[in-house]
Amino acid sequence: MAKVKSLAELKAMREKLSNNLDIREKSNDPDSLVQIKVAMATCGIAAGAKQVMEHLMEKADELKLSIVFTQTGCMGYCHAEPTIEVKCPGRDPIVFGHVDNTRADEILTKYVMNNEMVEGVIPVNYETIG
Amino acid sequence: MINVTIDNKQIQVPEGTTILKAARMAGIHIPTLCYFELAGMKFENKPGGCRVCVVEVTKDFNGRPRRNLAPACATDCVEGMEVLTHSARVINARRTVVELILSDHPTDCLTCAKSGNCELQSLAQYLGIRDIPFKGEQSHYRQDMSPSIVRDMDKCVMCRRCENMCNNVQTVGALSAINRGFSAVVAPAFEQDLVDSPCVMCGQCVQVCPVGALTEVDDTRNVMAAINNPKKTVIVNTAPATRVALGEEFGMPAGTIVTGQMAAALRRLGFDYVFDTDFTADLTIMEEGTELLGRIKRFMEGDKSVRLPILTSCCPGWVNFFEHNFPDMLDVPSTAKSPMQMFGAVAKNYWADKMGIKREDLVVVSIMPCLAKKYESKRKEFYKDGNPDIDYVLTTRELARLIKQFNLDLKDMPSEDYDDPLGESTGAAVIFGATGGVIEAATRTAYEVFTGKPCPKIDFTELRGIEGIRDAWVDFDGTPIHIGIAHGLSNARKLLERVREGKEQFHAIEVMACPGGCVGGAGQPYHHGNSEIIKKRTEAIYREDAGKPIRKSHENPSIKKIYEEYFGEPCGHKSHELLHTHYFDKSEHVEISE
Amino acid sequence: MHVLVCGGTGCQASASAQIIENFQQILAAKGLQDEVQVVRTGCFGFCEKGPIVKIMPDNTFYTQVKPEDVEKIINEHIIKGRKVTDLLYMDPENREHVSDSKHMGFYRKQLRIALRNCGFINPENIDECISRGGYEALGKCLTEMTPQQVVDEITKSGLRGRGGAGFPTGVKWGLCAKNKCDEMYVICNADEGDPGAFMDRSIMEGDPHSIVEAMAICGYAIGASHGLVYIRAEYPLAIHRLQIAIAQAREYGLLGNDILGTGFNFDIELRYGAGAFVCGEETALIHSMEGKRGEPTLKPPFPAVSGYMAKPSNVNNVETFANVPIIITKGADWFASIGYEKSKGTKVFALAGQINNVGLIEVPMGTTLRDIIYEIGGGIKGGRKFKAVQTGGPSGGCLTEKHLDTAIDYESLAAAGSMMGSGGMVVMDDTSCMVAIAKFYLEFTCEESCGKCSPCRIGNKRMLEILTKITEGNGTMDDLQELRNLAAVIKDTALCGLGQTSPNPVLSTLDNFWDEYVEHVVDKKCRAGVCKKLMSYVIDKDKCIGCGKCAKNCPADAISKTDYIAEGHKLPSMVIDSTKCIKCGACIAGCKFGAISVK
Repeated sequence: MAKVKSLAELKAMREKLSNNLDIREKSNDPDSLVQIKVAMATCGIAAGAKQVMEHLMEKADELKLSIVFTQTGCMGYCHAEPTIEVKCPGRDPIVFGHVDNTRADEILTKYVMNNEMVEGVIPVNYETIG
Repeated sequence: MINVTIDNKQIQVPEGTTILKAARMAGIHIPTLCYFELAGMKFENKPGGCRVCVVEVTKDFNGRPRRNLAPACATDCVEGMEVLTHSARVINARRTVVELILSDHPTDCLTCAKSGNCELQSLAQYLGIRDIPFKGEQSHYRQDMSPSIVRDMDKCVMCRRCENMCNNVQTVGALSAINRGFSAVVAPAFEQDLVDSPCVMCGQCVQVCPVGALTEVDDTRNVMAAINNPKKTVIVNTAPATRVALGEEFGMPAGTIVTGQMAAALRRLGFDYVFDTDFTADLTIMEEGTELLGRIKRFMEGDKSVRLPILTSCCPGWVNFFEHNFPDMLDVPSTAKSPMQMFGAVAKNYWADKMGIKREDLVVVSIMPCLAKKYESKRKEFYKDGNPDIDYVLTTRELARLIKQFNLDLKDMPSEDYDDPLGESTGAAVIFGATGGVIEAATRTAYEVFTGKPCPKIDFTELRGIEGIRDAWVDFDGTPIHIGIAHGLSNARKLLERVREGKEQFHAIEVMACPGGCVGGAGQPYHHGNSEIIKKRTEAIYREDAGKPIRKSHENPSIKKIYEEYFGEPCGHKSHELLHTHYFDKSEHVEISE
Repeated sequence: MHVLVCGGTGCQASASAQIIENFQQILAAKGLQDEVQVVRTGCFGFCEKGPIVKIMPDNTFYTQVKPEDVEKIINEHIIKGRKVTDLLYMDPENREHVSDSKHMGFYRKQLRIALRNCGFINPENIDECISRGGYEALGKCLTEMTPQQVVDEITKSGLRGRGGAGFPTGVKWGLCAKNKCDEMYVICNADEGDPGAFMDRSIMEGDPHSIVEAMAICGYAIGASHGLVYIRAEYPLAIHRLQIAIAQAREYGLLGNDILGTGFNFDIELRYGAGAFVCGEETALIHSMEGKRGEPTLKPPFPAVSGYMAKPSNVNNVETFANVPIIITKGADWFASIGYEKSKGTKVFALAGQINNVGLIEVPMGTTLRDIIYEIGGGIKGGRKFKAVQTGGPSGGCLTEKHLDTAIDYESLAAAGSMMGSGGMVVMDDTSCMVAIAKFYLEFTCEESCGKCSPCRIGNKRMLEILTKITEGNGTMDDLQELRNLAAVIKDTALCGLGQTSPNPVLSTLDNFWDEYVEHVVDKKCRAGVCKKLMSYVIDKDKCIGCGKCAKNCPADAISKTDYIAEGHKLPSMVIDSTKCIKCGACIAGCKFGAISVK
């Protein structure tokens, strides 16, 4: 990667990057691109987030689901770790808590594939400065 | 100048003055414990740890009172500041703090070596503490005893004076605070014993310790036992610096010369012969001076292998220090033994033979201003068939205790002479007790031996003074000789590093481990940070020198006689056997596995 | 269509299970079970208005729903698409019903500024950070602002140190900037040590680039080109992510020489701490970084004059730094518009203890404890009674019921005898003994004191001993007197912040729970049943059938037979010798007749 040489270049880069992320998120194929973020701060990892992420990836492969997985930091729901945020195109992102293998499977087969709600939804209770 | 008001007294002080010093200027006493200053010696300990000197700042820089009490020793005055040093709030806090310190302190004052000299004891007295309200756990640590120093850390108050002294003034690095919280204490790394640490036994930690946590090893019982043993002939020798300090223990002003009274008192204690280390100090000059001249001559003749400068070797703390820290330079110092060890060798060989006393029946006691001397007397190379050249070393303080035990007062003693022949000495020997003295004494002799002419002057004032590192050029009748002087081991380190890096060249360097030289030694009466005392002792040393009829070592008739009778010539075969020594690499590395 | 019913403890207690059942039954009866799915969710954190029912996808938020309301919701909302107005949340300010939870005041209770990117971006990917505007604040400073303007902007924003003491950050920067020197340092204090506080770790793990960017901004403002992060070695993931962030920033030229072509040079190194609490004190931190014993020295000199390697240094905490870039981007006025009186912006708290929604929260300064505990935290676990909240960790104090409506900021917490600290917040119910709590915090301080000054080294130990004596039933009223005096003197005389604040847990509990102390001392009673030594095990002689199982279970041989045979029983009852009893509880565990109790 070449160095960013000026503020203008940085801003152009931001523009491009957020478009890219948009493209990644709002793909033309809304049924096949889902984004899942796994909260992977120390607390999440301690509660099993890594293992859950691996399981989710395997299961998604098995189900032939095209999902973009990313790790992210602490969402603040310590009482419900591991937590994941699932964003299906056209739907609001939803946070699920206490995600173990069983719940992970359910999230993929029920929520992602059939838009059926599953247990463990954590209502987002904060506003974030963009 | 800034204006401050302390206890309603308005005073002007220079900027950067602490509240403590400002109060002292105004004649107001603020008690302290950890604070310690050796003015003029660049040593000030103010960690702000004990919190005894806290005061109430009723008006701070912002015009408002300060929220917490401020340590007077470490808080600078600011313009318009108003301070109360003895308000009810302050007194309660101060008293509680001292009660807390006492609650973690063994109250064994009856048998404590520091009793009467203890700053915590005085503080408790001052604050009128009659009861320690806090009962609880007390700190317990393993007692540690090196040949010179007793560490009883149960008594440590964490003033950190010893740590500061050891690391900053002496750069020895043997002591530092370890552990946390209630277990925090000053100790060698990994709580090793002092003997396994880089400690050089200079004992300056003992000299500054406010309590009985660090004290000297007490040898008075052993000495009394020897005196009480009818089979033993017990002789004593007294170091130069002791005669200008012992009087302080008997209420005499600092700088009182008590040479004759000390000799008299020693006789009353029961020593069979009272000799003077000054005699062997003159002998040291003969040996060391000859060695120096030999090296200079060889150097001037173009011998590249000769090591210059020559370093003095009469200070055992210093010897230890270079063995630990400059193992690559072990061939640089003079091989001459210290005057004390020369005395031991002369007494147990020359004199014992002459008197027909068997070595094992002769007990040699030294009165020293020094703690490292206790260790030096126990070095293996100074033993013969399991019998040491010097049996016991007593510090000036221990001697004072013995004299008092005998219900004697130095003030009442007549002035008596030393015994012959090991009691005759010159002014050159006396000045061994002050920084620069050894090298001045050597110069007086070396000049005459080197040039073959009488020395045009006797007082080399350019070599005297209190600066930590000094240097001077002395004209040896056309040959300029560069002399360096350092006292305090950090100064010695600096000077020696300059030499090692080739930044500066000297012909000779004198080093004394203790600030001020032996007058400021760790075995001397406690100066409690009053550097005036050290100054007064130094002045007395030079006064004693000036009053001596003979002031050059090589003119001492007894010295001449001993060479004629016994040693032949300086640095000859016999003197190499008895008067010279060698050094060891003690720089073992502590390796910590990853 | 989805019906979300809160399944949090609070809502369950108020019949959410019945509500779910009603939904399922009525929907089934109407043949809608395939169209509408009923789901139980985690706590909405709005227990005060529970039970909560949310209809998706239109986000309608019903509060205080009763089981009998279910039919109405189905008939009106689900079938006819008309919202049931009287069940909607009413905004207390404008008395209007709000249907979409996104517009409810409650959701504005939490505002994530410092945590803005945590849980949002992949912390190991600088592109995601840049896509959220990362490093633009640095760019703005370097190209559009003078260092003085940066200092002024931060000063104007009212940002104060989030490490606990609350010193104005801009003023601190300004003091350091005045001491121009060829070598200066920006130090990030990441030695988070308060038990239970982990916001700094979360920020570094979730958004390391904000710290990197903020340190560079600070470097520009004060004229430093070296940055050091003092981070505890116990934070491997945070270290890892910071290392990645620093490497990526260097790769992009956002650290290093000539940043963004402006000629400004700045780079960051990590320094590891061994986890000593006192090293969070800035002078101790600096000594530790220099390889010396981590203990504080007196200020002045302040680090701004003589800090790391005796050079002017500016030390700020992680959370403080995390606020910096967004202040530059959005402006000081925006930041100053958030918060309360003298405390601007938000504060992150680690909410813990006997509370339903344990978690990391961020609220505007001035939020009340009640809002935090009941609305965000979802109230006390198991519906028990609130007793106290401890803020500020071992340096803070315990606040009670009467403080619940205090708007929290630096000043109000201090006035109430506690402090902001780094943001630990432990909620306690009536099962907590306040004497034991004070003792717990003091144990921590004793462990973590560096031992340099006498009040902290010995005083805290003596306070701990007195507290131990009290919890063991040996305390006297004189001890309480002594405790108060000691606490006051330590506060007044200790050298550093650790020692000066260490008596706070004791002082605040003495002030707020004096009765409980007196009970321990006079009645030898611990009402919370925490202090073991104050409990006694008693056998009810009429319930005891004399089976002797307790005596067999007793490891201390403290139980023996009496002469008394209760009515209807054949064997004599047992009795516990309290002098021998070690209070292990083995007798109770084995008694099938409920004859043994603790008093």
